[in-house]
Amino acid sequence: MTSPSVVVLDYGSGNVHSAVKALQLAGADVTLTGDRSAALEADGLVVPGVGAFAAVMTALRDARGDELIDRRLAGGRPVLGICVGMQVMFSRGVERGVDTPGLGEWPGTVDELHAPVLPHIGWNTVEAPEESVLFEGLHDERFYFVHSYGAREWSLEIEKPFRAPSVTWASHGEPFVAAVENGPLSATQFHPEKSGQAGIRLLSNWIGSLAA
Amino acid sequence: MSLAVRVIPCLDVADGRVVKGVNFENLRDAGDPVALSKSYYEQGADELTFLDVTATTEERDTMYDVVRRTAEQVFVPLTVGGGVRSTTDVARLLASGADKIGVNSAAIARPPLIAEIADRFGAQVIVLSLDVKRAPGTASGFVVTTHGGRRLTELDALEWAAEAIGLGAGELLVNSIDADGTKAGYDLDLITAMRAISSVPVVASGGAGALRDFAPAVHAGADAVLAASVFHSGQLTIGEVKRELQDEGIEVRA
Repeated sequence: MTSPSVVVLDYGSGNVHSAVKALQLAGADVTLTGDRSAALEADGLVVPGVGAFAAVMTALRDARGDELIDRRLAGGRPVLGICVGMQVMFSRGVERGVDTPGLGEWPGTVDELHAPVLPHIGWNTVEAPEESVLFEGLHDERFYFVHSYGAREWSLEIEKPFRAPSVTWASHGEPFVAAVENGPLSATQFHPEKSGQAGIRLLSNWIGSLAA
Repeated sequence: MSLAVRVIPCLDVADGRVVKGVNFENLRDAGDPVALSKSYYEQGADELTFLDVTATTEERDTMYDVVRRTAEQVFVPLTVGGGVRSTTDVARLLASGADKIGVNSAAIARPPLIAEIADRFGAQVIVLSLDVKRAPGTASGFVVTTHGGRRLTELDALEWAAEAIGLGAGELLVNSIDADGTKAGYDLDLITAMRAISSVPVVASGGAGALRDFAPAVHAGADAVLAASVFHSGQLTIGEVKRELQDEGIEVRA
């Protein structure tokens, strides 16, 4: 059996080097590229994101990543957003008074967490639902977060016969969304590629779901 | 709160080698920062800090390569500081695989650099590194130094930290020049004072010499504890420090 192919979308966002290496270690055949046909054809697409919400959205639109993500999801093709790559999946982001439309795959606003110490930097625990695929075998593990903003509410309701999204929560001052698994679209607020063995296992769980 | 306190080994790197005394058993090349980083990663380090103490441009190119090779093997965050003067330096380090960037003297010389980095890469990328010395008679009793503590500045350490946070620094790496190298414990008054004025995480540095030194730094308000020689000498392991913190009722990553 060949390894599932994964493209890490290269659109000029921060440190993607470790993501590539971590995905390789987790068992994928990884390419870092901004090439559209490669990104459409891969078994999985990873959307990284570091920095300000508005800057990430601008870079993503300039690379026509918004349309790429839409096309993949419309065809049921898996996409994994990481950190700001998760935040931009929501309807809007508000940072330092700047209100920016996101990709709108999910309703909701990403804004500043209410916590005594920000950014939220370090290893935190998460509450994953039983049915989660990403967190299979990862109970009681910690993951590495580095962010000040987050989705503090989850409001997408899905009616039967469609499967309800699996939402994982974490807390820093208040609860926020740490990960979502919603059909072909998965995302984590933390950095699995910086979360040691637990993070590699999570990526491996995602890669395993691509082959199925 | 369920956020774990971080334990961070710090490596001084020059021309591709770790330059402070490293004496590791079971490590064939103790001076190789990549091999040493990997060993700390396997011991359970929550993060790694590289301090680039090189002087020449050629050596700096070597540093990018060290960062790249480390990030390929070590899947925890990597902070790199030392000699960072511009957003171009930051972009290059991030592209090499660094996650956070320490700024020190260049920010003292030109504070807007902090805002420039924060606007482009986000506040979470910037660690303000402070080398602090006690100075009786000054506003807070703590003053900022440069050149590894050899030169005093006019800056009050607490006022400078507050200004840097306002400009966009996302974390404070607070190194006590008085405690550094003494192995007599962290400067707890300094940590307490920094915690009181800081809305961002505080990393305690300088003075760790024994297991009993770590928990007091956390109780004084540190979100992370950084140490170099106790780890490099093989005197303490990351695991021992974490067990000690846990015994003192502090949450750590297992």
